[in-house]
Amino acid sequence: MTERFDIAIVGAGPAGMAASLEAKMHGLSAVVLDEQPRPGGQIYRRADARDARLEAALGAEYAHGMALTEKFLAAGVAYRPNTTLWDLSPELRLSILRDGRAGEIDASHVVLATGAMERPVPVRGWTLPGVMSVGAAQILLKTTGAVPDKPPVLAGSGPLLYLLAAQYLAAGVPVRALVETQPRANYWDAAPHLLSALWQRKLLLKGAAMLRALRAHGVKRWQGASNLAVEGNEACTALTFDAGGTRERIETELVLLHEGVIPNVHVTMAINCAHDWDATQLCWRPRLDAWGATSVEGVSVAGDGGGIWGAEAAEHTGRIASLGAAERLGKISADARDRAAASSRASLGRLRGARRFLDLLYKPAKGQRQPPDDVIVCRCEEVTAGTLRQVARIGAIGLTQAKTYTRCGMGPCQGRMCGPTVAALVADTRKMPEASVPPYRPRAPYKPVTIGALAASVGTETPTDASIGAH
Amino acid sequence: MFRRLPSADGGAPSLRVTVDGVPVALRPGETVAAALFLAGHKAGRTTPVTGSPRGPYCMMGVCFDCLVEIDGEGNRQACMVEAREGMVVMRQMGARALDDKKASSC
Ligand code: FES
Repeated sequence: MTERFDIAIVGAGPAGMAASLEAKMHGLSAVVLDEQPRPGGQIYRRADARDARLEAALGAEYAHGMALTEKFLAAGVAYRPNTTLWDLSPELRLSILRDGRAGEIDASHVVLATGAMERPVPVRGWTLPGVMSVGAAQILLKTTGAVPDKPPVLAGSGPLLYLLAAQYLAAGVPVRALVETQPRANYWDAAPHLLSALWQRKLLLKGAAMLRALRAHGVKRWQGASNLAVEGNEACTALTFDAGGTRERIETELVLLHEGVIPNVHVTMAINCAHDWDATQLCWRPRLDAWGATSVEGVSVAGDGGGIWGAEAAEHTGRIASLGAAERLGKISADARDRAAASSRASLGRLRGARRFLDLLYKPAKGQRQPPDDVIVCRCEEVTAGTLRQVARIGAIGLTQAKTYTRCGMGPCQGRMCGPTVAALVADTRKMPEASVPPYRPRAPYKPVTIGALAASVGTETPTDASIGAH
Repeated sequence: MFRRLPSADGGAPSLRVTVDGVPVALRPGETVAAALFLAGHKAGRTTPVTGSPRGPYCMMGVCFDCLVEIDGEGNRQACMVEAREGMVVMRQMGARALDDKKASSC
């Protein structure tokens, strides 16, 4: 069955929820699709379920997310959880998979609010059980109130490292150590931008409070760490690294890794939107106009999928994208659109100034993206950095060639977990700028779809677990 | 690897699922990946290429390292599926048909 809406919004995080509320306000019929069973995106995971103790540990922003989520659920926008977008055609037909059944939605405008993912952190041993991303551990905290049963080591770079550590401490959970990898030189690159960050006093105060909490609990912080490696055969037993001229070793059963977040560009790449390389955030982002419109007619991007600016900014870009769509579809005048967007634009300016400071301060160290030869880069097909360097030397000039030679990126994650590292390795080996390394060109289905699900959509029950899309 | 914080409302988890035959109690909205961890497992599968153990890495549907068998259907993303009463979760350790004693200790 094919449904029709003025605007289809993909993703129910802060950008998608804000976009849908704005769209509704201007008379657009809107549908919000989301892969997760609950709204809130990753940042406000399970913000629909209130738990006072968890709320206290997660802080004020999370409370804001709860309020937004409630507003969204009460607004009467068509909302499709558990729904995966697996194809978006140039005619703006969305092919979806919901609860194991395929379906279609036609839209006059599409807002992709698919958010961000954590940058993969390919250190030696990162595939071992007992190693997860910091974001993953935070999702367990938000969704299940689950915390490490033994003190974990948090390693890498970025505000999320301190945030999760502070949330654990607030919940009474001890933290073994923070192993920070951002190079000291970052401080000098970031310093000139401190002034713009000062406008965001809230943000700086929050940072200071987190660091105070770490000190108060006596959590050991290592800075300028490099050459991280996780030890263990069947599971993680220790983290080793270089710091201050010596090799350090910390025994732990849980290492949580983080090197910042990057836009999730799988769909915008697949539909051939123009993208630009962001040399500070070290990622691709879709080229967007002032209303979040991509180079593909009728498709906009809102939220961190268009560049990492954080949850608060995501609400504003969500509103702006819907205002742009409302004008494009003739629901409001350009004047009305501009007036309605003014306050969001002002807020965005402030938020982005502060973000620049954080981006420069926590820019990943080169070594964190250029692992030694024996380290697995493609987790699905178990392809090592050494193999990838070798194919880069013998002629792989981009990710597609590397994939043909090695099968990297051909597993079920479709290159999401290896793409950024493969590009960094190819660029480094061939001495070319990363911006000139052609990325993977994802194709539909964007996520693996079973033949059974496709068959179910046309009414024939053909259960099979044959799977297409892991190409 | 993970334990549950006592919740403020004091309500006990009411859903029963099994992981490799062992019962685990969950709350509505909690995922199969959470069940795996709360059952004391670090790994939910071994890789087809080298047989190395793997566990959930991203918890948000990106990495596909959390694949397990749910109610007889293999290769489901444990982090994306909410637990339902009576769900039968099996880890995919080693060859799927074998009961690998060694693997069950991770
Ligand atoms: S843990 Fe990464 S997809 Fe489930």
